[in-house]
Amino acid sequence: MTELIKHSAAALAAKLAAREVSAVELTQAHLDRIAAVDGGERGIHAFLHVNTAEALAVAADVDERRARGEELHELAGVPIAVKDLIVTVGQPTTAGSKILEGWHSPYDATVVKKLRAARMPILGKTNLDEFAMGSSTEHSAYGPTRNPWDLDRIPGGSGGGSAAAVASFEAPLALGTDTGGSIRQPGAVTGTVGVKPTYGGVSRYGAIAMASSLDQIGPVSRTVLDSALLHEVIGGHDPFDSTSLTDPATGLVAAARLGNVKGMKIGVVKELGGEGYQAGVEARFADSLEMLRSAGAEIVEVSCPNFDYALGAYYLIMPSEASSNLAKFDGVRYGLRVLPEDGPMTIERVMGSTRAAGFGDEVKRRIILGTYALSAGYYDAYYGSAQKVRTLIQRDFDAAFAQVDVLISPTAPTTAFKLGEKLDDPLAMYLNDVATIPANMAGVPGLSLPSGLADEDGLPAGIQLLAPVRQDARLYRVGAVLETMLEQSWGGPILAKAPALAELAKTTEAK
Amino acid sequence: MDATLSFDEALEKYDPVLGFEVHVELNTKTKMFSSAPNVFGDEPNTNVNEVDLGMPGVLPTVNKKAVESSIKIGLALNCKIAESCTFARKHYFYPDTPKNFQTSQYEDPIAYDGYLDVELSDGTIFRVEIERAHMEEDAGKLTHMGGATGRIQGADFSLVDYNRAGVPLVEIVTKPIEGAGARAPELAKAYVAAVREIVKNLGVSDARMERGNVRCDANVSLRPYGRETFGTRSETKNVNSLRAVEHAVNYEIRRHAAVLDSGAAIVQETRHWHEDTRSTTSGRPKSDADDYRYFPEPDLVPVVATPEWVESLRAELPEPPAERRKRLQKDWGYSDLEFRDVVNAGLMDEIGDTVAAGASAAAARKWWMGEIARRAKLADVDPAALGVTPAVVVELESLIASGKINDKLAREVLDGVLAGEGTPTEVVDKRGLAVVSDDGALQAAIDQALATQPGVAEKIRGGKIQAVGAIVGGVMKVTKGQADAGRVRELILKTLGVDG
Amino acid sequence: MAAINRDDVAHLAQLAHIEMTDDELDRMAGELAVIVDSVKSISEVAGNDVPATSHPIPLSNVLREDVVGHVLTADQALSGAPDAQNGRFRVPAILEED
Repeated sequence: MTELIKHSAAALAAKLAAREVSAVELTQAHLDRIAAVDGGERGIHAFLHVNTAEALAVAADVDERRARGEELHELAGVPIAVKDLIVTVGQPTTAGSKILEGWHSPYDATVVKKLRAARMPILGKTNLDEFAMGSSTEHSAYGPTRNPWDLDRIPGGSGGGSAAAVASFEAPLALGTDTGGSIRQPGAVTGTVGVKPTYGGVSRYGAIAMASSLDQIGPVSRTVLDSALLHEVIGGHDPFDSTSLTDPATGLVAAARLGNVKGMKIGVVKELGGEGYQAGVEARFADSLEMLRSAGAEIVEVSCPNFDYALGAYYLIMPSEASSNLAKFDGVRYGLRVLPEDGPMTIERVMGSTRAAGFGDEVKRRIILGTYALSAGYYDAYYGSAQKVRTLIQRDFDAAFAQVDVLISPTAPTTAFKLGEKLDDPLAMYLNDVATIPANMAGVPGLSLPSGLADEDGLPAGIQLLAPVRQDARLYRVGAVLETMLEQSWGGPILAKAPALAELAKTTEAK
Repeated sequence: MDATLSFDEALEKYDPVLGFEVHVELNTKTKMFSSAPNVFGDEPNTNVNEVDLGMPGVLPTVNKKAVESSIKIGLALNCKIAESCTFARKHYFYPDTPKNFQTSQYEDPIAYDGYLDVELSDGTIFRVEIERAHMEEDAGKLTHMGGATGRIQGADFSLVDYNRAGVPLVEIVTKPIEGAGARAPELAKAYVAAVREIVKNLGVSDARMERGNVRCDANVSLRPYGRETFGTRSETKNVNSLRAVEHAVNYEIRRHAAVLDSGAAIVQETRHWHEDTRSTTSGRPKSDADDYRYFPEPDLVPVVATPEWVESLRAELPEPPAERRKRLQKDWGYSDLEFRDVVNAGLMDEIGDTVAAGASAAAARKWWMGEIARRAKLADVDPAALGVTPAVVVELESLIASGKINDKLAREVLDGVLAGEGTPTEVVDKRGLAVVSDDGALQAAIDQALATQPGVAEKIRGGKIQAVGAIVGGVMKVTKGQADAGRVRELILKTLGVDG
Repeated sequence: MAAINRDDVAHLAQLAHIEMTDDELDRMAGELAVIVDSVKSISEVAGNDVPATSHPIPLSNVLREDVVGHVLTADQALSGAPDAQNGRFRVPAILEED
């Protein structure tokens, strides 16, 4: 492995600008790394598609432009991976589902247009739980992604592919989507950074919807600053998304570079800890609090009592919206069509067989649950009540942010569990998102960064920062300080502690 | 076919209650929720983008013009305009519905609690209460292939064109309409005509029923006279001409009456109208019809109609049709009876357009109420659907005025136009229909006619000038109608040395 | 609130247009019963005075001007179609043959 790929995106951008390395070399180095560690029996399997030719062409174009002295975006030539829930022209988009196998979008997601405008080579599409429904990437129809820290463990989900790609140096940056923690929880269990921006801060146009009122696209990276850089590329108003905020995505990089928490009040959410939280996760959380205190922040405890209902309300709202959003996959206009094996050949039955064959168990569970929650006679009790709980959660946040500048909690209750361990127990799987869900319910931004390794298993744990809506900059400001202090205590980035991955022979073909 | 009672018998026994859902397609440039063009009649699937096709990842955006048109419709229907309203998803799987849900409005429509005063043929006014008018999107178009009939029943497969998917619709829903009695079918027709007139007048819809711009679902229920509660209703879907609305309501009243008379219960169901048999058949209920799983559209935000916005739209409203009618009657100089006949025939707009195109009001009425209406009746279509444009009428009139053709020939020219032979002038040329204006040719015919009827000639010479008609008739016969009757009369009198 | 049973699941699967085998229905009914049981308390948390939140950040009047934007060609529109004919999407018969 070349040391080049271990650099942060910010450092790589500086090297490109200084012409120490070309965009083609940099892109090729990442493609080589993907070829070396992603495939094979025990490969990471972060990628569902590798976009070799286009990525190299974009990189070559950047090099040419730079040679001509053209002014380029800071991240021009820095390659990136895109979660396969986000549509891209020129590459397949599967959402991790059989129902979209081989489908090519005729249009680009807004965030992809922005990546192209910044001339960032897209390395490929990353693996995910089918339609982003899961916390382990095991619900991908194309097989699970492995955690680079321990190949027998899950990389988190749904964005396990993006997190693992960044953690295993296959990409310096990636895009994720976060409906209940799908960026932050994989970040926590892979020792990487992930941000769920304020709802509406990044356009959702072109992200295949799971739960429209909860979904948000965000950056995945190895450093806080890198996330801020990417956040500024993808953020900002989009007229194609009616829920898009008009605020420009600015001041995030500056906040990350500012790095100062002196005099800030940081609230520890009482309800996001204790029972169900692994000892090593809590220990690293306590260490982080101590560091922030020593950096001049005031740490107080706040109570958000309605967070206790967040998981339950989430599992009504999310499947309801998902059941509606996934109705369009019917074998008429695109994607899979499966004919019934016997009986009358009507379109209704073709839709039924297509959806039966095209969707996996978890997707079916959520569609049925959502159909139930929305059906006549149950709407008020379920969806309606859950939307009220949402109001209560927002009020808890409002009350908390009246007292403190940011909130803090562990990102996930545990470190990475073993592949298959929770596959047969949906409820246990859902509990992984207990700390990340409140942010989605209220639309507030959240950032996860590594807090260290749990003593009992040596696996990374994550710490989550939450800020008021539209105050994403605070996450970067606090996150950068904590990251610096933590890395000082570790003597380098946490990923330096990850075991080296066995590389396949160079001759192995990239997928 | 279902058993029916006679209309009179049905009305003797039962009190009909009506209800209408009228869908109006707006004539915006773009779709309700996407910026793809809203154009009728183009090649299949060429007026769509990823949003209209319900592709993965797409999001809707609300067409401001469509919202404004909806508010205008609400105002014209004397509705309250919601201070804030939201969109909702209505779920049902059907291949013409790209997302398998329709984006519509549910709990809070943009307009509600209005009324429309409908004028019946005898001039009485019937007030129809409007429950709500809400915004939604149209579906694509299915063409059923194979099988014998081209209908959905027995088709081997269907083809889908999504050009119409996402076209903005306003659905206008009435409250139950009681007390129409035997005039229920007439009221039905008059109500739909009034809605059509309003949206056309507002300029928010092309309002062409033959293109489906205005579509009506008619609800009918019967109850014994004196009973408060409504009977079970049937909903006859997509009745798409004024005449069909009238006939469908008439038919359903007779069918319901027969069912109730037999002691059976009416099934609450949708019915399909068949123009050919003038009857309805049971529509197969959609399997999800009982549970649309409405919920607020999470991809769209509320529409807030501020008083300023509503008032600025109100200021843009054109003269209401009822007032317009009063004005037009005066402008055109029609008698009350003449004007009511025009209104009842639904031809006011056609006559207005024809007058605007340059014809005299009298000529416009003569054509639309006469020859065009007669041909429409023979063809069993609405006169407006016959294909005669105002320009054709104007051209016919100017051909008559110039003496090129006479009234009789003009009727033949109209036939030619309807047969697709071109413009009136082209038909005249192709069919060689010009009036014989060569005095020499006419004189020969006149001399011949006078010679064969010497008695008549004598009478005329003796001052009985009205007898000239017999000679004119003879000349017209010889010239096969192609002579200018006025000129013939002049020449006869001149020949006989009599002063006309 | 009533627990979810196998018949409910069969009805819901029909509404959602997902064909399910008997085994699947049994399994799904069992799993969903557990999930529904764990979320049913939600209906008792908030009182009538609490308004529902459907959007995390309230916005209103996000409207698009009525100006034609981009359009796909028929080829692009049909590029992913499982079946197409004469520029249109082709689907099996809508009704059963009688």
